[in-house]
Amino acid sequence: MSDFETVAATENQAARRGPSGEPGTPNQVGAANKPRSLAGDAWRDLRRNPIFWISLALVVIFTLMALLPGVFTANNPNDCLLSRQHAGPSGGAIFGYDFQGCDTYSRAVYGTRASLLVGALAALGTGIIALVVGMLAGYFGRWVDAVLSRVIDVVLGIPLLLAAIVLLKRVSSDSQAARIGAVVFVLALLGWTTAARVVRSSVITAKEQDYVAAARMLGAGNSRIMWRHILPNSLAPAIVVLTIALGSFIAAEATLSFLGIGLKAPTISWGQDIDTGRIHMREAATPLIVPSAFLALTVLAFIMLGDAIRDAFDPKLR
Amino acid sequence: MFRYILRRLLQMVLAFFGTTLIVYALTFAGQGDPIQALAGERPVTPAQRAYLTEKYNLDQTGVGGFFYRYFDYVKDLLQGNLGESLTGRSIGDILQQAWPVTVRLALIALAVAIIFGVTAGVLAGIRRASIFDNSTLVLTLLVLGIPTIVLAPLAQYFLGVKWQLFPPTAGSDPTFYALLLPGIVLGSLSLATALRLTRASVAENLRADYVRTARSKGLVKRRIVVVHVLRNSLIPVVTFLGVELGNLMSGAIITEGVFNIPGVGFNLFRGIRTEDGPLVVGIVSVLVVVYLVSNLVVDVLYAVLDPRIRYE
Repeated sequence: MSDFETVAATENQAARRGPSGEPGTPNQVGAANKPRSLAGDAWRDLRRNPIFWISLALVVIFTLMALLPGVFTANNPNDCLLSRQHAGPSGGAIFGYDFQGCDTYSRAVYGTRASLLVGALAALGTGIIALVVGMLAGYFGRWVDAVLSRVIDVVLGIPLLLAAIVLLKRVSSDSQAARIGAVVFVLALLGWTTAARVVRSSVITAKEQDYVAAARMLGAGNSRIMWRHILPNSLAPAIVVLTIALGSFIAAEATLSFLGIGLKAPTISWGQDIDTGRIHMREAATPLIVPSAFLALTVLAFIMLGDAIRDAFDPKLR
Repeated sequence: MFRYILRRLLQMVLAFFGTTLIVYALTFAGQGDPIQALAGERPVTPAQRAYLTEKYNLDQTGVGGFFYRYFDYVKDLLQGNLGESLTGRSIGDILQQAWPVTVRLALIALAVAIIFGVTAGVLAGIRRASIFDNSTLVLTLLVLGIPTIVLAPLAQYFLGVKWQLFPPTAGSDPTFYALLLPGIVLGSLSLATALRLTRASVAENLRADYVRTARSKGLVKRRIVVVHVLRNSLIPVVTFLGVELGNLMSGAIITEGVFNIPGVGFNLFRGIRTEDGPLVVGIVSVLVVVYLVSNLVVDVLYAVLDPRIRYE
């Protein structure tokens, strides 16, 4: 999952080092009457970007699907009859039935909830760890920064999938909540490093600004400066990274469930359904293709949304 | 340079102990009575118990005992002594048979990434913002966004089962042809990353002063690109591909599992499925070492190739 982040990071570096890429001020397009703010500029770019609108629409659709699956399908995903194993489309089951005789489409719709829940909670956990670590390292600098940066380096060096396999093998409980909690915990524990680096660097930029010096002169303490002045200004890049991470977490959860160590029945998850569909692909392909398409579209939607927003906010990458 | 290598080495040692400690603590420690677990349902005589306690240093309790046995585990790991799987085979033997297959698969994937990724990346970097550039960007975003658990089974279904262009599974002792499709699937991620890296790096270097100098000397464009730009642009790509070789060897779990390739990842895949604890732990431990060492080698290589890195 770190591949996407590696690219982004390296492209970023390349752009920063570039001879013509001066850091800092947003470009003020044309001779407009009034210089646009960075956010205004970004929004103007985003509005014209079809990828942004497509991915945003997908994200909204999948979120609705996770909240209200009953709106998208009338069939119960757990209403399975072996007598209609791999049967063709009929009634509400527009993609037919799977190996267990369950409605393929309905299962894919109901699988959205677990995926998005794991992705969102893992991103939230990641965000909290990253904000705390990045803020402390960036704001206090010196030995705090040195120690925390080394911790980041070490955690970054741990291969996610392998570590997750070992950690999750340890979880013996089969209750739905426990398994979801375990997957979220593992992903957050291993996945916070990229976001923490982003927060750290934006905090370092923000703390040198004049308004921070002004706040300090007015007598504000460290915690007030961090909370009221630096946090709001370093939140935007973190949110972009977390949007992309959310997509990667959904993919990671599906991979773990596919391997049989992530979510387990009775939780409906795409990873498991893809695995079952894969085993029986010679008899019927739709039970493989439908959850695969759902998973791929969801992951893509989040990654492309984050990518589009980042491109808009970081004109140097173009 | 020396300082940089030293720092990187220390980082790796920390990561190594961190990961192996997690692996060890989660799997071996705290599992009730290990001697009874070894014997299963059979009774254990006091003599056997005393022998095993002595042999595995189980009489030392508390934190000290934990670390004593942890260092035993690390020592065994570094000496390649990985124990036996639940089926009674030596894990070292299993890995010995599996490595050549995994390495072949990884090399095919790497070749795919280099041939297609770097070439397309150079073209996209030269013709920045052209149709070719934009479409490769969208394509790579698609590839980066689609998880392997979607890509591998779908490629297997469409190209292997439905249109029968490739053998759908590899089986034991796979041929090059049988490894080609899994190699492409495995390499597609690296391909996309390599393409984007090359593109960014070529585009950056095209704006550099030495390119302007070369152009004002009157050199033809092809010579500028091939001799001047490529040499400088490929530094990050080479290092990325180096890291990727380590990743590909340790990350082929899904691909090898789906395509039935008897490599290391496949054995891990099977170990997870059959709940073979010792096999999973043994393979994961080895893969972690491979991953860490390859990362270290590449980072040092990067510092040798690009002096700017050393002074950061």
